[in-house]
Amino acid sequence: MKSLISILDLSVEEIEQLIATADDIIDNPDKYCEKCKRKKLATLFFEPSTRTRLSFEAAMLELGGSVIGFSEANASSAAKGESVADTAKTVSCYADIIAMRHPKEGAPLVASINACVPVINAGDGGHNHPTQTLADLLTIHREKGGLSGLTIGVCGDLKFGRTVHSLIQAMSRYSGNSFVLISPEELKLPSYVKKEVLRKNGIPYTQTTDLEQVMPKLDILYMTRVQRERFFNEEDYLRLKDSYILTPSKLKNAKESLSIMHPLPRVNEISVLIDDDPRACYFKQVLNGKYMRMALILKLLEESEG
Amino acid sequence: MNIDSIQNGVVIDHITAGRGMTLYHMLGLDEIDCPVAIITNAGSKRMGKKDIIKVDADIDINVDVVGYVDPGATVNIIKNSLLIEKFNPALPSILTNVLKCKNPRCVTAVEQEINHIFKLTDKDNRVYRCLYCETKH
Repeated sequence: MKSLISILDLSVEEIEQLIATADDIIDNPDKYCEKCKRKKLATLFFEPSTRTRLSFEAAMLELGGSVIGFSEANASSAAKGESVADTAKTVSCYADIIAMRHPKEGAPLVASINACVPVINAGDGGHNHPTQTLADLLTIHREKGGLSGLTIGVCGDLKFGRTVHSLIQAMSRYSGNSFVLISPEELKLPSYVKKEVLRKNGIPYTQTTDLEQVMPKLDILYMTRVQRERFFNEEDYLRLKDSYILTPSKLKNAKESLSIMHPLPRVNEISVLIDDDPRACYFKQVLNGKYMRMALILKLLEESEG
Repeated sequence: MNIDSIQNGVVIDHITAGRGMTLYHMLGLDEIDCPVAIITNAGSKRMGKKDIIKVDADIDINVDVVGYVDPGATVNIIKNSLLIEKFNPALPSILTNVLKCKNPRCVTAVEQEINHIFKLTDKDNRVYRCLYCETKH
C-alpha cells in the first residue's frame, strides 16, 4: 500500500498521470462527484493549518466521500501522550485514507509505517509538503503548458522553506530548467540541496540577493514567506522578515509572461496591488491544490484497493 | 605484548589505529560480562599501526557497526580455537539503532521506542541521513 511522504515518492510518469486526472476533474467535475462514495478521509492536523486542511476536506467532499479528524494536537489523544504510531494504527480502523500534518519532521513517515491505509504527508515541520508541490506543478503546467525549459526564480526564505526544497527537487527532474536563488545571506538554500539535487542533476543555478536585477530573466517567480515558526530566535526573525517585498515597481522589467507564485499564506511579501495583475497565480495555486489532492486521493485509494 | 588466544569468541582485526575504543563503545562491549581485550597501536606490516579487539565469548556482534566505524576491519569468528569464519563488513546501506538523530525537530526526538534509522546517501563521502528528517549525521 502506497503513501505519499515526499514528492520523490512519485515518478515523473505518476506526476503526469495526476496532472492529467486533475485536468480531467477541472473539465468534467460531475464525472468524479461520487468516485469516493462511502469512503472516509481522516485529517489528522497536529498543527494549525487553514488552507491545507480545508483543501483536503473540500477535495474529499467533492469526490463524494466524507471527512473525520481534528485540527489541533490538543483535540487529539496526542495531548494524552499517545504516539504517532498508535494514532495511525487507531485511525486506520476508522478511515480509508489519512492526511497528516505534524510539527515533527518524519511523523507522517512513522504514521505510514504503522497505518494499514494510505497516508498523505500534509506537511511535517520544515521538512516536506508534497501536496503543495503537486499544486505548484499543476499550476506551472497549466500556466506554461509544460514543466520543462523554464527559468524559475525562488525568492525569500530558501533555508527553511520546505515548499522551495520540494519544488526544486520536483522541477530538477524535467529537462531545460534552471533556477535563480534569491535570498538574504542568512536564508540561502542549504548546501546539501544544491549539491544533492541541483549539481547532481546538472541543473544550472545562480544565487543573488538582488531580486530586481534578475527579474527580466524569470519565467516563474516563486515567492515565499519568512516563517516565524521556523526560527528559534525571535530577533533573527524580525531582522529578516521584510527582506523581499514584491511591489508593482519591482515588476517593471519582468516578462509579460511571468507567473508569480506563492504557497500562501502571505504576510506582506507580495503587495495586494499585485493581486489583480494577470501574472499573479497564487490564488490559482490554491484551487489547483484542491484538484491535485482530489487526483491524489483517487490514485491512492485505487491502489490500496487494487 | 602477549594476549592469550581465545577458544570461542570474536576477533576484530585490522582496525584503523585510534578507532578501537570507538568500536568498543559502539558495539556495547563495555556492557557485557566477559573478558574483552583491546590492543591499540599494534604493529602491522600492511597498516603500520592497527587496533585489535578480542572478545572471549560466543556473542553476536553487530557487523553493521563494524562496517560503519571502520569498513577496512576484519571480523574473525573463533570456535574451539579454530578460525571458522572471516569477513570484511561493508559500509552498511542502513543503520538501525546505531546512530541517534540530533535534530530536535525530528520525530525521533519525541516518539517513544522508535527505531533510529539512518540511510547511506553518499557512499563516496560516507554520508548518512536520518530516514525520518533526512538530517545528516
